[in-house]
Amino acid sequence: MRDVAVVSFAQSATRRDQTRNEVEILLPVLREAMAPTGLTTHDIGFTCSGSSDYLAGQAFAFVSALDAVGPWPPIQESHVEMDGAWALYEAWVRLQHGDIDTALVYAFGKSSPGDVARVLSLQLDPYVTGPLWPDAISLAALQARAFLEAGHDEKDLARVVARSRRNAVGNPHAQLSGDIDEATLLDEPLYADPLRMHDCPPISDGAAVVVLAAGDKARELCERPAWIRGIDHRIDVQALGSRDLSQSASTRLAGEKAGVGGRADLAELHAPFSHQELIVAEALGLDETATSINPSGGALASNPVMVAGLVRIGEAARRLSAGEGERAVAHATSGPALQQNLVCVLEATS
Amino acid sequence: MTAEPITGIVTPIRLDYTYTPGTSPSQFLRGMKEGRILGRRCPSCAKVYVPPRGGCPMCGVEFAEEVRVADTGTLVTFAVVNVNFANRVIDLPYVSGEVRFDGSDTTSMVLVQGIPVDQVRMGMRVKAHWLPRDEWDFTFANIDYVEPLDEPDADYESYKEFV
Repeated sequence: MRDVAVVSFAQSATRRDQTRNEVEILLPVLREAMAPTGLTTHDIGFTCSGSSDYLAGQAFAFVSALDAVGPWPPIQESHVEMDGAWALYEAWVRLQHGDIDTALVYAFGKSSPGDVARVLSLQLDPYVTGPLWPDAISLAALQARAFLEAGHDEKDLARVVARSRRNAVGNPHAQLSGDIDEATLLDEPLYADPLRMHDCPPISDGAAVVVLAAGDKARELCERPAWIRGIDHRIDVQALGSRDLSQSASTRLAGEKAGVGGRADLAELHAPFSHQELIVAEALGLDETATSINPSGGALASNPVMVAGLVRIGEAARRLSAGEGERAVAHATSGPALQQNLVCVLEATS
Repeated sequence: MTAEPITGIVTPIRLDYTYTPGTSPSQFLRGMKEGRILGRRCPSCAKVYVPPRGGCPMCGVEFAEEVRVADTGTLVTFAVVNVNFANRVIDLPYVSGEVRFDGSDTTSMVLVQGIPVDQVRMGMRVKAHWLPRDEWDFTFANIDYVEPLDEPDADYESYKEFV
């Protein structure tokens, strides 16, 4: 395998953005990510993006978004109708071909124009589950119920939320942050039993950009590159009733293939709902006492759909490059109730 | 005994959106409400986009100044339409054209009226025919159609990059 590293990362502030369109959100983030590398669009070997046109209800938004890149003369480019973490996976595979040394990965999403919990229902199978229109929050609540009944306590959920809000205080891109104790959280009313409002993610619009480089090119572009030591993604069966929702078999397998080995200084886990962070950490064999989990606050603090998974990889890489650790695990999820999961192991040494 | 095969099902889908056009397109739409065609200039290549979206797609940079373009222009290409769209109430045949408004570096699709179909030609100079002022809204549809100007046709060289 060819050594590939994250050499730059940038993200927008996340909030409901009722002023700018996707290109306007993306443009300054692209510029910020490219600036430290000194590269232009035409120095990049391959460009790949992740987004979903259903979010803002704008057909071919993913084509319009290319305006931000300035793809003229024509560039080598691809798109996944998924979180940008999967665009990064495609770019990593493309870099393995060996004929190019750099790749640009970007993701954008505006969830605020529609009802995102219903929009996400369109990910369900169209014959049996889809016509029932179960929204994403209700499905997460079903999973949370299964998780609690498998022997967990709602205090565990409150602990995850309190830590997320506390960690997000230091994250200028986060939407929700603050010092709230667990007892106060548990006094809040139920929203989608057993979930409370704070167990669910905020509605966020945003964009993120990662620059990847291989081998010596990565060392040239970045003082302390975050090397991708393993990356893998797996998917559970589509029928929700065929899964044990209290666990994540696909995360466990992806983690094994990516070589997590239960060791990491920090982990950025894409868990839009509080119980999902516990399911993912368990599947990856990560122990909160040894690993700093979601030091950015994670998706509970800001959740730009189609972007939040790529942000996990970017955040983990950024922290390693800044010397906050030597080994990190980043995780991204897609689909209802943690259906599909990607795991990426990153390392940086001086 | 064999069951009747199921060859299809109908799944009703409805999603409601409150769409945000963005900063530059909003400015364009506000201009239309006042009967003005507003574009934006790329600070890198100086091209003027109408309507502007987010940035220059050739250069990948954010737009700079706002530019008002004329409501006169050149018909750079056109099609004669002989089959109506559903709910369209224009007499057939009619002409759908691409017009480069003077001062713009992009073309806009508009209806061409006021001239027999068989006399429409590339390079023809045209002018916007606006709906009555009290019907103007935040939409390009305020320009009902374009009609011929009494001017000589534009030279092909002047619009060939838009064909």
